[in-house]
Amino acid sequence: MIELEGLTKRYGEKMAVNHLTFTVRPGIVTGFLGPNGAGKSTTMRMMLGLDRPTAGDVRIDGQHYDRLKDPLRYIGALLDAKAMHGGRSAFNHLLCLAQSNGIPRGRVDEVLDTVGLTSVARKKAKGFSLGMGQRLGIAGALLGDPRILMFDEPVNGLDPEGIHWIRNLMKSLAAQGRTVFVSSHLMSEMALTADHLVVIGQGRLLADTSMADFIRQNSRSYVRLRSPQRERLLDVLHGAGVTAVEAGGGTLEVDGSKSEYLGELAAEHGIVLHELSPQQASLEEAFMQLTAESVEYHAHSGTVDDPGADGAPGAPGAPGAWGTGPAEGASRPPGPPQSPPPPPGSSSWGSDWKKG
Amino acid sequence: MAATQVVRSEWTKIRSVASTVWTLGLAAVVTVALGVLISWFSKNEFDKLSDNEKLSFDPTFISFAGMSLGQLALIVFGVLVVSNEYSTGMIRTSLAAVPQRGTFLFSKMAVATCLAFAVGLITSFVAFFLGQSVLGVHKASIGDSGVLRAVIGGGLYMTLIAVFSMGVATMLRSPMLSLGILMPFFFLISAILGNVSATKKFGQFLPDQAGSKIMQVVTPVDDDVPYGPWGGLGIMVLWVLVAVVGGYVLLKRRDA
Repeated sequence: MIELEGLTKRYGEKMAVNHLTFTVRPGIVTGFLGPNGAGKSTTMRMMLGLDRPTAGDVRIDGQHYDRLKDPLRYIGALLDAKAMHGGRSAFNHLLCLAQSNGIPRGRVDEVLDTVGLTSVARKKAKGFSLGMGQRLGIAGALLGDPRILMFDEPVNGLDPEGIHWIRNLMKSLAAQGRTVFVSSHLMSEMALTADHLVVIGQGRLLADTSMADFIRQNSRSYVRLRSPQRERLLDVLHGAGVTAVEAGGGTLEVDGSKSEYLGELAAEHGIVLHELSPQQASLEEAFMQLTAESVEYHAHSGTVDDPGADGAPGAPGAPGAWGTGPAEGASRPPGPPQSPPPPPGSSSWGSDWKKG
Repeated sequence: MAATQVVRSEWTKIRSVASTVWTLGLAAVVTVALGVLISWFSKNEFDKLSDNEKLSFDPTFISFAGMSLGQLALIVFGVLVVSNEYSTGMIRTSLAAVPQRGTFLFSKMAVATCLAFAVGLITSFVAFFLGQSVLGVHKASIGDSGVLRAVIGGGLYMTLIAVFSMGVATMLRSPMLSLGILMPFFFLISAILGNVSATKKFGQFLPDQAGSKIMQVVTPVDDDVPYGPWGGLGIMVLWVLVAVVGGYVLLKRRDA
């Protein structure tokens, strides 16, 4: 169990981690999600006593990290694959870690076997690919057979087979009752592995929820419409009290209405439809909406409003944050109540993603 | 966290990287080879020396002449032992394994210091005996007054140079920055400050100038250095303590 209480880290003016409070529980995989620069790695370093918090507290099984006797037996961490001396062999790298925590030498061979590096155990780490380095780092985390495991972006640099392997490893570790805490900036990856989700943006807690709840609350469903008589369709929809959003490429999107109803409405007024399709927004999209206002490095610069930055999913979006539709000036409807809206500056960022 | 575990771990670290072998090996080879060479020149030039210079002729000290260059390899050893952790990112893995930073640093330094002392002492004895054999009739004997002290002192001097470098590298973290400051300092600046009369008063208190007094057996004529061999070594120890304590304080306070 890892407990954070008001954990804060400030670098000069910049708040890297801003008053984080949450608990990582045993027996499940907890995903730690946030865009690049959200403060995930800083938080993890503070958990390991590498960085000193500006304020607040983090405890491992009720104790401060530097009070743990032989910490590798409590918590194993993969911070980054490069955190090793390239001139040292994989075996010796693990051996020096094992010795410092009184872990028997035989365990080194065991973990090398677990991660599949036995055949290169005597080779220098600098000859390793990123994926092999990642495996060696994971071997180091497993070394003390700890109850808590922490992985910072573990799938980075792994091939599909390696990604599959680490997913199963994390699940099996959690199934053994261990605490598994894994960071990522990929929602799709988390959806496959995590049972619980902690989302941060610009150092602040945005969500602390079970994966199932997150999916339920954030899967926006809408209907996509395409018509050669677009202006008429807009009028008809408006007349029926339905608000449509321009979605580019001549398509309209309608939230909160059934496709049957929209189809019948169009037929009633004799409007030709080229497309009428119910859509489900992906989790990736939900994640981007959630974190949009807190993404530090936008592809496009723009004034970023702050619509309820600390709002968990479920907090209704502030109406003032809505921008006007790009082409026809059609005002955007109040969005699905469960996901905060993207600020004006980031709408292009989101649509870029959709095209890709 | 038992310190013996950490010492064992640091021993594994130091013996498993190539830089340990080549820096210490180079220190030994350069010190001995250059010492022998200079001893041989000194023997051939002896008859040309003035009377005063003949009175100051110190065969023991001459056989250690290679240390001025050999110490540079020891500086590299001391710097790399510490700053390798930073330049490779290993420091985060190391401190996650051993969060007690004092235990971590002093275990590392203890292992490296013992190794440097073993190599330094052997080097010192080999340099002395080979140097004396080349000096022929002008040679000193290990049984002469002060000679054994000077030879053991040579080993201590080499050790302290390495420890000083470790302390500086702990403060600076970057290997390039540490070497960029230490190498010219010991190779050029200290020698210049120590030989220019205006700065000599200050220069003689620098770590290498003061410390090398321990290897002197014959005090030069009209020598006005205000300390003896052990006093000089004491001054060097003070420098080393400042560097090590400075490194410890910074390591303790900094984010890794």
